[in-house]
Amino acid sequence: MTEPLLSIRGVKTYYGKIIALKGVDLDVNEGEIVTLIGANGAGKSTLMMTIFGSPRAREGKIVYQGSDISRMPTHEIARMRIAQSPEGRRIFPRMSVMENLQMGAAINDFAHMDEDLKRVFDLFPRLKERINQRGGTLSGGEQQMLAIARALMSRPKLLLLDEPSLGLAPLVVKLIFDAIRDLNRTEGLSVFLVEQNAFHALKLAHRGYVMVNGVITMSGSGKELLERPEVRAAYLEGGRH
Amino acid sequence: MEVFLQQLINGITLGSIYGLIAIGYTMVFGIIGMVNFAHGDVFMVSAFIAMITFLLIGALVGSVPVVIAIVLMLVVAMVLTSLWNWTIERVAYRPLRGSFRLAPLISAIGVSIFLSNFVQVTQGPRNKPVPGMLNDVIILVESPTYNVAISYKQIMIMVVTAILLAAFWYLVQKTSLGRAQRACEQDRKMASLLGIDVDRTISITFVMGAALAAVAGVMYMVYYGVVSFSDGFNPGVKAFTAAVLGGIGSLPGAVVGGLLIGLIEVFWSAYFTIDYKDVAAFSILAITLIFMPQGLLGKPEVEKV
Ligand SMILES: Nc1ncnc2c1ncn2[C@@H]1O[C@H](COP(=O)(O)OP(=O)(O)OP(=O)(O)O)[C@@H](O)[C@H]1O
Ligand SMILES: [Mg+2]
Repeated sequence: MTEPLLSIRGVKTYYGKIIALKGVDLDVNEGEIVTLIGANGAGKSTLMMTIFGSPRAREGKIVYQGSDISRMPTHEIARMRIAQSPEGRRIFPRMSVMENLQMGAAINDFAHMDEDLKRVFDLFPRLKERINQRGGTLSGGEQQMLAIARALMSRPKLLLLDEPSLGLAPLVVKLIFDAIRDLNRTEGLSVFLVEQNAFHALKLAHRGYVMVNGVITMSGSGKELLERPEVRAAYLEGGRH
Repeated sequence: MEVFLQQLINGITLGSIYGLIAIGYTMVFGIIGMVNFAHGDVFMVSAFIAMITFLLIGALVGSVPVVIAIVLMLVVAMVLTSLWNWTIERVAYRPLRGSFRLAPLISAIGVSIFLSNFVQVTQGPRNKPVPGMLNDVIILVESPTYNVAISYKQIMIMVVTAILLAAFWYLVQKTSLGRAQRACEQDRKMASLLGIDVDRTISITFVMGAALAAVAGVMYMVYYGVVSFSDGFNPGVKAFTAAVLGGIGSLPGAVVGGLLIGLIEVFWSAYFTIDYKDVAAFSILAITLIFMPQGLLGKPEVEKV
């Protein structure tokens, strides 16, 4: 492997005076699925948003495709083909499903719109049935599908997913995870995945990181991490879902 | 009955002007959650720009057809007023974004005072009369005691407002710019994650609000034939009332609210006493805020997030 697609070095992020990330190092290589697991409040979502400069890293470097993006405005980072399905989904509640998807395609100036729509509707036929429904009235699972579909509409090179399985039925979780694997295999999409569902995530990912209180404490291949007793004890107890 | 019809026509005319101004209040509130107290004065400035343009045309070109004069006034007023409002946003509001909630509001009050004083000092405190335009009337109903008439300028105001609102509605609902605006209104952070330049979108919103206020300013000047530095306050607050009545943040609400306020004001003056017409309008503001804070067409708060 040459230079990673995304390389995070020594990133510290604060909320006011409170430090949330205490110097994070993490890489995502081209064509890789990387997962980040950690307890509630560890700083996973903060890292995802810090990649987008909101909040901004107070120290450290974030390099994407060879350029330092840590001082770039959020919307310009998005225009470098990084897409995010953020925590809480953040669907535009008073826009239809279609308009939410159009928002995702905004950075492409709506080129190849039909093709991309077809792609996400093949993935989530449910969205097609609800195309004119207002985002705010979709069920939680439907909103989650829409958030992922919206992110895909920009044709990202790197896709950031913050807990895509949250609140979804096991069947839908499987659907989404299969879709991620598929996009990664067929299109070489690089994925950075934050998950509570550590078992599924580590099985899916090429590599994984464990975050505790704003620092990375372990990393390794998905398989390795799955076998580590510390990981099993902390994140996999209570059975495999 | 004739009196009623006549007042209806007058009320719709006035309400159109209020509606155009109210859109500026409601859009800015929608996108940055701030009541732009300076918006009424931006409207007043546009009326002065229109007057000066009119006088310049007279001095430089001599007499031109009224239609051309009005079109020129509209163009000049829209361009300059938009520029003004763009600058105001950059200088007085944007640096305060992310500061405490009241900061931009206080800044807006400052801008409002600045604008009205600036115009008072440079243009003088007295009312400025403008020669009447499009004063001819069409008699709609003839009766021995009372003729119901609509003047050309009333027709122009209604037609221009209707066209503008239709165009504006299309822009906001159907174009990607309008969609980006609505996205910023609903979730600014998410909009930026999708590559929308939020600052630029907010600037455009100010420019659009100012352009509509400028049209209202030209119409107001033509309608009343007089402008004053204090015009920012009275029509400004009425338009704000209209925005609140219709449901602040709602575009159709601003238009409906504008028409209602215009009608209420005109009917009150006709049937009760003209001295209390402002009291009537402002009582409505108070009553709306107490009993129906989200207004007639305000957004329902129930939403799954
Ligand atoms: N806007 C904010 N202001 C202040 N503190 C915040 C803010 N957002 C997050 N934090 C704090 O930063 C820490 C990390 O939060 P973060 O949301 O990144 O955790 P997480 O790992 O994503 O947790 P979860 O698994 O529950 O989503 C937490 O202690 C949280 O309370
Ligand atoms: Mg989180």
